[in-house]
Amino acid sequence: MSDTTEKTDVLVIGSGFGGAITAYHLAAGGAKVTVLERGPWLKNDEFEHDYKLGSSYTRIFDFVVGDGMSVLGGNCVGGGSVVYFAAMPRAPRFVFDRHGGIGRRMWPKSVSRETLDPWYDRIEESLSVSKQDWSDASYAGGLWAAACNHAGRTANPLAAAIDNSKCVNCNFMMAGCRFEAKQSLTVNYLPGALAHGAEVRPLHEVQYLERTPGGDYRVHYNIVDDEDYRLQSGSGVIEAKIVVMAAGAAATPVILQRSETRLGTMPHAVGRYFSGNGERLNTAILNEDKVAEILGLSRGDGQLPYGANAIGKGPTVASWDKLDGSLPEYSRYSLEQLYFPPGLGTILAQVPDASGPTWFGKEKKEILKHWKSWLTIFCMTEDDNEGVFGPPPATGNSHRISQQMLGRGNLSYKPTENTWHGWNQADADVKEILEKDGLAKVMPWTNDLVGAYTVHPLASCRMGDDPHTSALDDTSELRGHSGIFVTDGSAVPGALTVNPAMTIAALAERAVPHIVAAARAKGIAVTYGAPAPTGYKSGRDAVLPLLRKKELAGV
Amino acid sequence: MRRIPERKVDIAEAATFTLEAYADTIVPGEKRWPGDRAVAGVSTGGGAVACGALDLLRWDATGIHDGLEDLASRVNDHARAYAEKTGRTLDGTVPPFVSLDYDDRVRLIEELTTPGHPEKDFWVLLSLFCNMAFDSAAHLHTDESIENGHPGLAAMGITVPDTDGLWRFRDFGYGRRLADLHPDTTPSGSPA
Repeated sequence: MSDTTEKTDVLVIGSGFGGAITAYHLAAGGAKVTVLERGPWLKNDEFEHDYKLGSSYTRIFDFVVGDGMSVLGGNCVGGGSVVYFAAMPRAPRFVFDRHGGIGRRMWPKSVSRETLDPWYDRIEESLSVSKQDWSDASYAGGLWAAACNHAGRTANPLAAAIDNSKCVNCNFMMAGCRFEAKQSLTVNYLPGALAHGAEVRPLHEVQYLERTPGGDYRVHYNIVDDEDYRLQSGSGVIEAKIVVMAAGAAATPVILQRSETRLGTMPHAVGRYFSGNGERLNTAILNEDKVAEILGLSRGDGQLPYGANAIGKGPTVASWDKLDGSLPEYSRYSLEQLYFPPGLGTILAQVPDASGPTWFGKEKKEILKHWKSWLTIFCMTEDDNEGVFGPPPATGNSHRISQQMLGRGNLSYKPTENTWHGWNQADADVKEILEKDGLAKVMPWTNDLVGAYTVHPLASCRMGDDPHTSALDDTSELRGHSGIFVTDGSAVPGALTVNPAMTIAALAERAVPHIVAAARAKGIAVTYGAPAPTGYKSGRDAVLPLLRKKELAGV
Repeated sequence: MRRIPERKVDIAEAATFTLEAYADTIVPGEKRWPGDRAVAGVSTGGGAVACGALDLLRWDATGIHDGLEDLASRVNDHARAYAEKTGRTLDGTVPPFVSLDYDDRVRLIEELTTPGHPEKDFWVLLSLFCNMAFDSAAHLHTDESIENGHPGLAAMGITVPDTDGLWRFRDFGYGRRLADLHPDTTPSGSPA
């Protein structure tokens, strides 16, 4: 039977940042690469502007409700890069020195802002990340900037992976970018990987791994229906010498937990130390008269001075005044203007000064009538890595409820006093800025319905120097399981106080030469050194000398 | 073109009234006719019910379709217990939850969705879909909903898309600097 088992050199689980980047480099270096992706593969013209269940808006992302924390993640070829809002800031310097709950450095000593910068450079080159100008900022971003300025604060247009010449400011980015303005992995790394012979298989949901007698890995997957993800139509197995796990921070640890009986004991940190990136959302309901009078803003005759909630491109402006490394841990955060579409974003918003219930009822309906004048502020604080995954569900990473989108997972998250300290400070700051002189009424989203809420799950399988509190060593390899690498958000040790895609991507780039070295040690003829998928070489040329110093094989 | 035909489960009239009353408590609307008991009429304009909450709930895509009769029966049991506890007299001609007035319906849903309530997950899920009927018409194509005057999307001021069903905004920003940059900003626009 073993003669008929399908084999590949490198099996990549997931096609988001961690999967697409590693697949590209390994395929370009000459390895046979197969990518298994649990979600569908949508082409450009399938990205719809439609809130109906079954449109791309619900097919390509996943909302998993846990106990005390809900996670929104990508579920399609391209993963998070297809559904995210393309904000790509580097993490501030102090993040890498964080201690968190363990009382000593969370990050490996070898990873700092300085050592990660050359890898950040590679991503900026590959995804055409650019500094946005004020003329690129949406009305919502501009309003946030003006309010910050009025409160004596600074504000920054965000670095983003968006081609503004193609962007129509439709704010449907979460349903996939119809106009190829967003530089998702489907327009760079993934086509590059395919051009070098990698194979991408959508609707293949990996369930567990086991070892072959020869020391390779046998990966078991189920085939998921392309329309109703509750239905599965068969299963299969594929063998690989190297496995790259990039299923996302809400799925990678679940697959490893389910594999434990076959692979042997997992590091203690697998499925623990989950971080929601300290995320917290506030809804401000603007007083349009005050916006005109105090901020001097106008959208032209007959238009409300703001009244633009649906116009834009995700977050365009953030306040970094509290990204100050001299402040104590848990009191540093960024405050970012964000658009959040209806469907999930409205029910969690609360009525300021409600006399009745805050999230439903007649007063809630009244604020929904002012929805165009809502401004959402996204706080990214420092949480305490308090998330823990319970026993894995029967398949996948959740018990699916709806045909797409909605599931119940086994993540448990009980915010500590430290986390609440950060959230409370950020909430108070947003209130101070936006309620100044009656500009708006502000309330944070409620945690009572679906717990806290993150769109940036991290750290469930984190890297570090201490084997007791990290699942991966500083090369991103799973401790005690040679040949398994983890390159998605689960590898990031803790909250970043900014959007994490840039850091996840940079860590994936940084892991590649180590994966190449491990692959060569297993007899795979692969080398490192591909240029950016765009063809640019300066990022590559900057990291090669660093790698030669390390004497990594094949580099 | 979808391969799997859309399926909507049928539920009994009493369950329909009960769930309409629940949906109307989440996003209230105005009475559909003078004697409308399910819709409490505490708000002007259409609420979740007028937005098609029952159509959305009954659609098998939601995953709660098969549990609707059970949810209706449970919320009616809770309504009976609530009435007994608070000394309310129920009108036997309508389901117990429908018999409660709006403020009592609110108090009961607040109890059922309080963290720690053993059935909280069910009621949050039901509330989520009732809300979605109003705020995104998740059972209908968005452009058609707008064209047909969907009360929720209209109340929220969702604009009409271009003729190809896609939204484009040529005027999208104030186009000028509105704050000073943070002094520690890298040339490529990141925190230093």
